[in-house]
Amino acid sequence: MKRIFSLVTTLFLLGGAAQADQISSTGDLGLVVERAKGALLLVDQSEHAAVDRIEGLGDLSHASLVYSPDQRFAYVFGRDGGLSKVDIIERKVVKRVLQGGNSIGGAISDDGKLVAVSNYEPGGVRVFDADTLEMVADIPTASKTIGLVDAPGRKFVFSLWDDGETWIADFSSGKVDITKVKGMGENPYDALITEDGRTYITGLFGEDGLTALDLWAEKPEAIRVLPNYGRGLKDLPVYKMPHLEGWAKAGQEFVLPAVGHHQVLWIDSVTLKETGRTDTYGQPVFAMARPDGRYVWVNFAHPLNDTIQVIDTLTKQVVHEFKPGPAVLHMEFTPRGHEVWISVRDAGAVMIYDTRTFEKLGEIQADKPSGIFFTARAHKTGL
Amino acid sequence: MPGLRAMRSLLLFLLLCGVSFAEEAKQDHDLANLVHQDCGSCHGLTLKGGLGPDLRPDSISHYDADTLSEVILDGIPGTAMPPWRPIMSEAEARWIAHYLLEGPK
Repeated sequence: MKRIFSLVTTLFLLGGAAQADQISSTGDLGLVVERAKGALLLVDQSEHAAVDRIEGLGDLSHASLVYSPDQRFAYVFGRDGGLSKVDIIERKVVKRVLQGGNSIGGAISDDGKLVAVSNYEPGGVRVFDADTLEMVADIPTASKTIGLVDAPGRKFVFSLWDDGETWIADFSSGKVDITKVKGMGENPYDALITEDGRTYITGLFGEDGLTALDLWAEKPEAIRVLPNYGRGLKDLPVYKMPHLEGWAKAGQEFVLPAVGHHQVLWIDSVTLKETGRTDTYGQPVFAMARPDGRYVWVNFAHPLNDTIQVIDTLTKQVVHEFKPGPAVLHMEFTPRGHEVWISVRDAGAVMIYDTRTFEKLGEIQADKPSGIFFTARAHKTGL
Repeated sequence: MPGLRAMRSLLLFLLLCGVSFAEEAKQDHDLANLVHQDCGSCHGLTLKGGLGPDLRPDSISHYDADTLSEVILDGIPGTAMPPWRPIMSEAEARWIAHYLLEGPK
């Protein structure tokens, strides 16, 4: 009897173990865009390794992606206008639609039900049901759209490159309600929203400075930020447009790439006044704060894109500089910031560094890697 | 042994040719990589356009190689097209102009 009991227990335990093997958790996974190959490399943060490759995603130049709230699905926005839904547990593309001719990014609503895609051609934003990828709204703008982000309350915010406007598309009532804010400035090229969902900032290419919106205001109006920052200085050529991202907030300040000047700009997040400038090695592309905000990591545009500088938030001084390899395209911090993963396109690798000692911890082979996206983004407004 | 010396010189010559062909091929490869990867930041990896216009042969056939080289070297003021002269030679710009007009092989 005792033996039978233990046999049953053993079988039960074995059954349990087998089941645990089949359960896969996604909290420390990520996807790396292999842009020329049209593939995503599924990577494991804890293992410092690639676990699989998911193919068949079309033209992934300048591709980005967002995650469903359960961190199981990624919505991938490809340059060819493709919107793909990828299941990272089954490790395959489960749905794919060609929704536009030339797209540039996307966002997912706070409730995870709507996915929006920003298009250059035809200019505008299209919104899809996150489950079925059926289109639920088409918002033509007659302009290239940029800087699309999600905002709390089932909203999407985006800007018009050609017309200098920002539109707020509110889906809270079920149908779309659009507020247009004019006078945002000439050629906004990208935007960010703060993690609290309050401030939307666009960088301007056609003139000096940036423009902010207070989304908590009853009627948001364009607030000019640093309108004179480059005045009197000769603009340097910009070989790659900088990016603005929600993570560029360090303590109480925003850290943003200047355009046409080899500098990052520090702006007080409450007053929106300049608090400093740091001269950098080249035209900054990403200025990303480590999640705790203590340091800011900066990469640069072609032809100075082999280098990274690390800036101390307290002193605003460069404290570390190194060369991971040719064509550093993107950086992604682990959610608590102990590591940074860096895609080095022409070295064909993602390199992993300790953010405190700057020691290199590992390297993962990848085919012309660009964006790196950890699943923790699922729970961040604006990412 | 003049014959041997001649043979040696010939061999050396052939080797040098090989090296320079290889270098040229590498330069072509690097420039093509630049076109797709770096120009591609704005014009798309397949050059079908993005923030910047479509650069495929049919779309730019109204340009000749000289004009296109100038646009590459001096940019288009008032637009996002930067001048590449600070980091590119005229020969390289000309190579890229022909590459764009003829289309990637």
